[in-house]
Amino acid sequence: MKFKFLKKKLDGSNFLLSVTVSLFIVMYIAGIIVFSDAGFGTFQTFLNMLIDNSGLIIAAAGMTIIMVTGGIDISIGSVVGLICMMLAYSMQNMGLSAWLSIILVLLFGIIFGAVQGFFIAYMKLQPFIITLAGMFFCRGLTAMISVNQIAITTNKTFLGMASKDIHLFLGSTVNKHGVRMYPFIHPSVIIALITLLIIWYLCKYTKFGRNLFAIGGNEQSALLMGINVRKIKFTAYVLNGFLAALAGLVFCLNTTSGFVEQARGFEMDAIAAAVIGGTMLTGGVGTVIGTFFGVLIKATIETYIRCNGTLSSWWNKIVLSALLCFFIVLQSIFMIIKNKRKQ
Amino acid sequence: MSSDVVLSMKNISITFPGVKALQNVDFNLRKGEIHALMGENGAGKSTLIKVLTGVYTRDTGEILLNGKSINNRSPEEAQQNCISTVFQEVNLCPNLSVAENIFVGHQPKKHFAIDWKKMNDRAEEILKGVGLTHINVTRALGEYSVAIQQMVAIARAVNFNCKVLILDEPTSSLDDHEVLNLFTVMKNLKEKGTGIIFVTHFLEQVYEVCDRITVLRNGELQGDFSIAELPRFKLVATMLGHEFDELASIRNNQPAAVSGTDKEKIVHAVGLSHTGTIKPFDITINKGEVVGLTGLLGSGRSELARTLYCADKPDTGTLFFKNKKLKAMEPIDSMRAGMAYLPEDRKEESIIADLSIRENMIIALQAKTGVFKLLPLAKQNELADKYIKALRIKTPSAETLVKQLSGGNQQKVIIGRWLITHPDFLILDEPTRGIDVGTKTEIQKLVVELSGKGMTIMFISSEIDEMLRTVNRLCVLRDGKKVGELKNDNLTQQDVMAAIAGDENNVNN
Amino acid sequence: MLITKHIWQSFKKNPLFLPVTALIIMLIVNVMVTPSFFKISIRNGVLYGYTIDILNRACELIILAVGMTLAVASSRGTDISVGAIEAVSAAVCVRLLGSSYTVYAVPIVFAICMCLLAGILCGSFNGLLVAKLNIQPMIATLILFTAGRGIAQLLSAREINGVMVPGQILYVRMESFKYIGGFIPGCVIPTPVFIAAVFVIITVLLMKKTALGMYIETVGINPKAGRLVGINSVLIIFFTYVFCGFASGLAGLISASRIYSSDANNIGLNMELDAILAVALGGNSLGGGKFNLAGSVIGAITIQALTTGLYAMGVSADQLPVYKAVVVVLIVALQSDEFKRIWSAYKLRHAAVSEVTK
Repeated sequence: MKFKFLKKKLDGSNFLLSVTVSLFIVMYIAGIIVFSDAGFGTFQTFLNMLIDNSGLIIAAAGMTIIMVTGGIDISIGSVVGLICMMLAYSMQNMGLSAWLSIILVLLFGIIFGAVQGFFIAYMKLQPFIITLAGMFFCRGLTAMISVNQIAITTNKTFLGMASKDIHLFLGSTVNKHGVRMYPFIHPSVIIALITLLIIWYLCKYTKFGRNLFAIGGNEQSALLMGINVRKIKFTAYVLNGFLAALAGLVFCLNTTSGFVEQARGFEMDAIAAAVIGGTMLTGGVGTVIGTFFGVLIKATIETYIRCNGTLSSWWNKIVLSALLCFFIVLQSIFMIIKNKRKQ
Repeated sequence: MSSDVVLSMKNISITFPGVKALQNVDFNLRKGEIHALMGENGAGKSTLIKVLTGVYTRDTGEILLNGKSINNRSPEEAQQNCISTVFQEVNLCPNLSVAENIFVGHQPKKHFAIDWKKMNDRAEEILKGVGLTHINVTRALGEYSVAIQQMVAIARAVNFNCKVLILDEPTSSLDDHEVLNLFTVMKNLKEKGTGIIFVTHFLEQVYEVCDRITVLRNGELQGDFSIAELPRFKLVATMLGHEFDELASIRNNQPAAVSGTDKEKIVHAVGLSHTGTIKPFDITINKGEVVGLTGLLGSGRSELARTLYCADKPDTGTLFFKNKKLKAMEPIDSMRAGMAYLPEDRKEESIIADLSIRENMIIALQAKTGVFKLLPLAKQNELADKYIKALRIKTPSAETLVKQLSGGNQQKVIIGRWLITHPDFLILDEPTRGIDVGTKTEIQKLVVELSGKGMTIMFISSEIDEMLRTVNRLCVLRDGKKVGELKNDNLTQQDVMAAIAGDENNVNN
Repeated sequence: MLITKHIWQSFKKNPLFLPVTALIIMLIVNVMVTPSFFKISIRNGVLYGYTIDILNRACELIILAVGMTLAVASSRGTDISVGAIEAVSAAVCVRLLGSSYTVYAVPIVFAICMCLLAGILCGSFNGLLVAKLNIQPMIATLILFTAGRGIAQLLSAREINGVMVPGQILYVRMESFKYIGGFIPGCVIPTPVFIAAVFVIITVLLMKKTALGMYIETVGINPKAGRLVGINSVLIIFFTYVFCGFASGLAGLISASRIYSSDANNIGLNMELDAILAVALGGNSLGGGKFNLAGSVIGAITIQALTTGLYAMGVSADQLPVYKAVVVVLIVALQSDEFKRIWSAYKLRHAAVSEVTK
């Protein structure tokens, strides 16, 4: 009886998700045990993970949507870098107000997404090539705006948003000076979590969201079932462009500067988070909840390495790539077994 | 035009590069009528359906739905015009749940959000309506068998309550019980006034449930008949047409070379099987014999051939080839032993479209020779020219890309490819499908000629007459199992059809 | 008039039409920006001039493009880890050779072999994922694309205060190492040109004198048919990725020699886009199948000419990718089936209109 229940829960897409969630729980608990003296076990550590990765949460949510349709977007890192530079430049060098700058970059994200979406959905070009080109395009554009770093120092509104600590009213601790310390988050975390919620709702409860899954599952079938595949795909890329810009905004709230090499490799983090979170590269399967846990796993790895102190930060990339590799191979083996079983 | 005609297609023509797929075809469907659309493979049935549903754009003609001219430019529009289709391949999304697949595009909503509970409940009801009762509608569609997936596709189409329902070869993957369920559903819809277009090649099913039959042949309309005025033989004659007489002169007069010292077992298979496609079978073929495989579509003919050739690696049994045990892992092993295999689907499995005729022809021989011993260009040209001439392939040069040839000539190139390897045993799976009459004749004559020269041949075709003209012996398959053999001593089509149908009372083997 | 039209039509049909035209355009643009473009002279005992420089720098890309062409042809996907593999191979080579001014820590031949072996190993990793596990090539090579530079950084470690610190830039001080990416004493032609020429010739011979070329095309066009005629598709695809990894290793060696160091951040940076561009510009379909090595070679030279031309116009290295990205998208869009469909529909309508208005 119990095994039947377990087997039902472990079918298909749930299986991959459960691997991810279990992995996170195991890693986090291990972290608490091993690094307890470095403060791993505090609530603030967890909140810091959210603060540091709020941009990634948003970007990875966008990536999940794109991957569900069977596509991919490797320009996201460069877009984030470009957005930061645009924000910095418009506020520092052009003196625009924070809100105007924000609206402009979000608009840019939408337009950029539309351009990529046009080539992918209407011209039917491979998403990989187009977004690879997009990646180089944005990276170069960033350099065109400024080769030197631009730090945001003058815009009070923006800086205020960036450094605002929002204190939570529970989980407080008393530090060694006897002062009650409340854990805090930044507005970026709230933006990220609200975005996550909206995308989750979109995927589960709207026709648009379900159409994404249909297209990713079998594009030809989706077409024959009456879905306007081109329009849906195009919209997905436009939405993704907006999310990329939003991620860039949130990223900039953390770094308050723009420079050419910013967020290089960020797209890999987003893809890794999505894949580790159970999004299949072949499309049609994936949840933003899983992606969220994928982000948390990445954050846990980083916290490990930071707490350890002796390992160089290069290990971040390598461990994450190794995990990504593991999950890609896992997905592939999973598919092979499924196909064999069907016969 | 009478007022109860719900769909009228007039003068439909469509041409693809090199092929006139449909020429001035008319088709009329009345309310509450189940209308069969029939023809051999390549007659244009699927093309007509795709024109109606907006997948293809017609060159000429018009389509009237309830008297109003419509122009479906996409499947989306077809659906909006209330023309619902179930295709031959399951066109659903395997990753979505069963319930979702039924409701894609029109999920039930509650305050702007999709109402999953309602969707799941409704889905269960709908499935009950087509006879599916033990399906968990929340599970992914891909986890169910193809037969069940097809029933879900039918349920989806039926749920639209459309004026016109198109069923394109819906019964290929269904068992008899499911077919009966389908017929019940169709009769219910008929009472509601839905017009149903039923594309099929199963003769018995046509006579069981249809009111009218339209026959197509080579893209042209042969006639629109009521069931009463078209008994079986006349139907078959209309479908085959004049070719019936032209090809009657071809006859394999070689006795099966089984007498005396000439006897040599080329193929001797014992208990060979491939999980999921063909149950364990035994077959013995002697040198110079032409053996045919016959049975309904889906009975396992191609699968048997593929298992012999190791296109699908056998899971059980032993194969003796030329009296030596052959343990093949990959097709190359079978090739080296002396086998050759012409696949059923030439576009997917034979044609290397962007390569030249010469390259397509010598590739199998090259694989046999080895990667580092490239056949000299002179030899390649010599072989290519020889077989272009021998097979009468119409082409300006051997360097023409294969994709530029007509279907018949492409098929000849593939036949040439295998003849160049001088096989002892040649398997031909539907070698004349989708080919013009002239080439069909040539290929059948070639088979008889080769067998006379001592080549052992296995011939698979859904056209029984074709096989009766060329084979010495027929193996009958049903439901993935070899069920019998017939010697070709003045065998008639009726005899074969009877053998295929088997015992009438014991259909659920 | 009719004869020239006929020549033009047959030229257009030739697969080399696109790369040659693009190259001619690039050369014209370059001459317009730099009038002394075609001037060649001998300075310090070696050939000198813009065209020499382009040819020299293009060698790395030519080697990458040739490797990439085969991988694309057989697997219908692209290998985006080529830049990262360059970094790894360079790191292996430089680390082994050591930083002494007087002697190599290991024989230079050994280091070169190890460098190429590193490339082969990386290629095998990619090949295993793509050929055996059927993972999409771009996804499979994404792993090394991410991890490769990290691995190269870890390999580029130097002992500082008794601890091996990764992420250093290691230098090779021996003069003879610089010959590989520079000039062999007494020779006027840059060494990379020789290396690239030999590599291309060997590859062409391999493709044309054995059945490999035909097998790769067959597997790329119709893998199912390939298997049924007895070709081992898995092995063929695996081979092309190993070959591509080898090519990346060779390119990495040249690159390291040019800057006589292993800079894991910069060796092979952005080369993957250039390689894809060179292959596409060469008239090869990124969807696999038939391939044309000559086209890729010309495409690589064209890309280098583009880069040089843009530099001459004052575009900095960081901004270069913007223009290349636009060119890639244009080429891929014009090559696409969808565009051909729209174009032929347009021509049909245009013809119909002119018929009506006659």
